[in-house]
Amino acid sequence: MRALTWHGKHDVRMDTVDDPEILNPRDAIIRITSTAICGSDLHLYDGYIPSMKAGDILGHEFMGEVVETGAKSTLQKGQRVVVPFTISCGSCFHCSKHQYSACDNGLPADNQDIAQVAYGQPMSGLFGYSHMTGGYAGGQAEYVRVPFSDVGPIVIPDGIEDDKVLFLSDILPTGWQAAENAGIEPGDTVAVWGCGPVGLFAVQSAFLMGAERVIAIDHFPRRLDLAKRFGAETINFEESKTYEALMEMTGGIGPDACIDAVGLEAHGFFADNVWDQIKVSTFMATDRTHSIRQAILACRKGGRVSMPAVYGGFVDKFPLGAFMEKGLTLKTGQTHVQHYMPALLNAIIEEKLDTTFLISHRLPLEQAPDGYKMFHDDQNEVTKVVLKPGMALAA
Amino acid sequence: MTDLANRDSRDDAPLTTSKAGDRAKLASEELVEAKGDSLVGKTVTINKTRQELYDFWRDFANLPQFMDNVLSIVQLDSRRSHWAVKGPAGRTVEWTSVITEDRPGELIAWASEEGADVPNGGRIDFRDAPGGRGTWVTATILYDPPAGIIGKVIAKMFQREPAIQARRDLRRFKQLMETGEIATGSWTRRQYDEEKA
Repeated sequence: MRALTWHGKHDVRMDTVDDPEILNPRDAIIRITSTAICGSDLHLYDGYIPSMKAGDILGHEFMGEVVETGAKSTLQKGQRVVVPFTISCGSCFHCSKHQYSACDNGLPADNQDIAQVAYGQPMSGLFGYSHMTGGYAGGQAEYVRVPFSDVGPIVIPDGIEDDKVLFLSDILPTGWQAAENAGIEPGDTVAVWGCGPVGLFAVQSAFLMGAERVIAIDHFPRRLDLAKRFGAETINFEESKTYEALMEMTGGIGPDACIDAVGLEAHGFFADNVWDQIKVSTFMATDRTHSIRQAILACRKGGRVSMPAVYGGFVDKFPLGAFMEKGLTLKTGQTHVQHYMPALLNAIIEEKLDTTFLISHRLPLEQAPDGYKMFHDDQNEVTKVVLKPGMALAA
Repeated sequence: MTDLANRDSRDDAPLTTSKAGDRAKLASEELVEAKGDSLVGKTVTINKTRQELYDFWRDFANLPQFMDNVLSIVQLDSRRSHWAVKGPAGRTVEWTSVITEDRPGELIAWASEEGADVPNGGRIDFRDAPGGRGTWVTATILYDPPAGIIGKVIAKMFQREPAIQARRDLRRFKQLMETGEIATGSWTRRQYDEEKA
C-alpha cells in the first residue's frame, strides 16, 4: 500500500510499504477514505518527538471502510467507521470508568517502561505517534490495522459525508472535553487561549454548554474570524494586552472559566531538553507556558481552568500562589475519545455542531508531503488539511 | 514460610521496595526458600478473580503465552517442571523447578533444584484487590545472577534482566487476562514475528 512515512526532520515521504494484517483477535483492517494532518503531527515533522524511527507511518485522525475483521471484532465488512486516536482496551479499570486515554492495556508491555518512568504510570497507546506511544502505524495511508476494533471505532450511518464526521477521531472530542473540564455554568464568561481546531471546537462547545460569552485569544486573523463566526468576542494578543483586556471585558472580575488550548496539542511525550526549542518555535511565538500562567492570573477567584493543551514535561514559573490563593480548579488530560463519540456524532447529525468550516485544504494522499509543508509554513491560511486516498491528483 | 502481610517490619511497605541492603537476605528468610542474592518483586492489579488467575497460571503450558523469554516448560511430574529460558547474548539457561507450596487461588511458590544455570526461587501471590478491582498479583523472585554482578549488567543490556522481564511479563499477563490478547505495535505478521524472535 501507499503510506506517508517519516524519515527525519522536515522529511516525510510517500512510500510503498506492506499492507497491514490482522494480528490479534480484536483487530480490524480499515481502508482509509479520509485522514487529516493534526497540529501535533507538525511536532513529528519538526523532529521534536523522541523515539521516532525512519519509515514510521504517521496519522492519528482517520476514518474509512472495514475490509477485514479478526475473530473477536464486532465490526462488519463494508461498515464506515471513524477511529479514535487513542488505543484503549475497553476492559480495564480505567476503561470501565470511561477514562479511555488512561487505559492500562493499550500500550505494548515493552513500550510502557518509558511512560512509567516519565509519568508514574503508562497511558493508552496512540496511532502514528512514535514508539513511546506504542509504535502503532498511523492512518495517513491506504490501510491501517485497528486494535480493539470492538470498542474503539464508531459506525457512521449512510448518507453522512466523511468531512462532517472525520474530526470525531480527535479534535472535536478534545475541544468538547476541554469545555466540559471548564465546568461551564449558564451565564459564564469563558476565555479560550488558542484558536486552533481544539480551541475553535471548545468555543462552539462552551456556547452549547450554556456560556453567555466566549472570548477567544490568538494572533492569526483568519482563526480569530472563525471564532467570531461562532459568536465569540476576540482578543488579538499582538494588538492588545491580553490580561488587561480580559479584566476590562469582564468588569474587573476575570473570566469564570479559562481554557488553555494553545495549539501544540502534542499527544505525546517531550523530553525536557527539547523544551526550549519548542518554546521558541510555537506558533504563538512566545514562551511556551505563558498561556497557562496568563489563564491562572486572569481567571476569576474560585474559577475553573481547563488545560487541553498538552504539557509533556515540567513547567517553570507556574503561579502556584495565585492558583492556591484564588482557590482555582484545574482539570486536564488526554481526551477520552470513545466516551464522547456517540453524543458528538448525534450533535453533528442534528447540526448542532459545525465541523466542516475548519477544512481549508483537501488533497490526494499522494500529496501528503505537500500538505505537511503547507500546514507548517502558513498557519493563518491553512487551518486543516484533509487527505483523501481516492482523490485524483491535481494537474 | 511467613505470611507476606504479617512479617515483622518497620513499616507496611513490601520488602521488595525496602532500601535495606540486606533485603534479599531478609526475603530469603521470610518469603521463599533461599535461592539467590538478588530480589525482584512487582505487583499488578488485574480485573479478574483470584481463582481465574491462579488457574491460568498454575497450568504451566500457558506461561509462554505471556513470558516472552521462556522457550519451553516441560512438566516432569505434578510438582516438577523443566524450564528453558533465553539468556543474555544468545545463551539458553535451564533449570528444574519444584513447587514448594501450592494454595489454590492464593499462592504458588517454587525453588530450582541443584544444578540450575541460574539458581532461583520465588512465589506468586494472588490477593483480593480492595474496592472490588479484581486481584493483586505479586511476583517475588530471588535469584543468583549468572556470573554475579557483571552478568547482571550484561543481562540488563540485553533486556533479559529478571526485574525487567518480571515487570513486562506481568503486564502481558494482565493484558491477556483482561483483553484476551497481548498488545503489539506491529502491522504485519513478518514484523510481529521479528519482534518475538
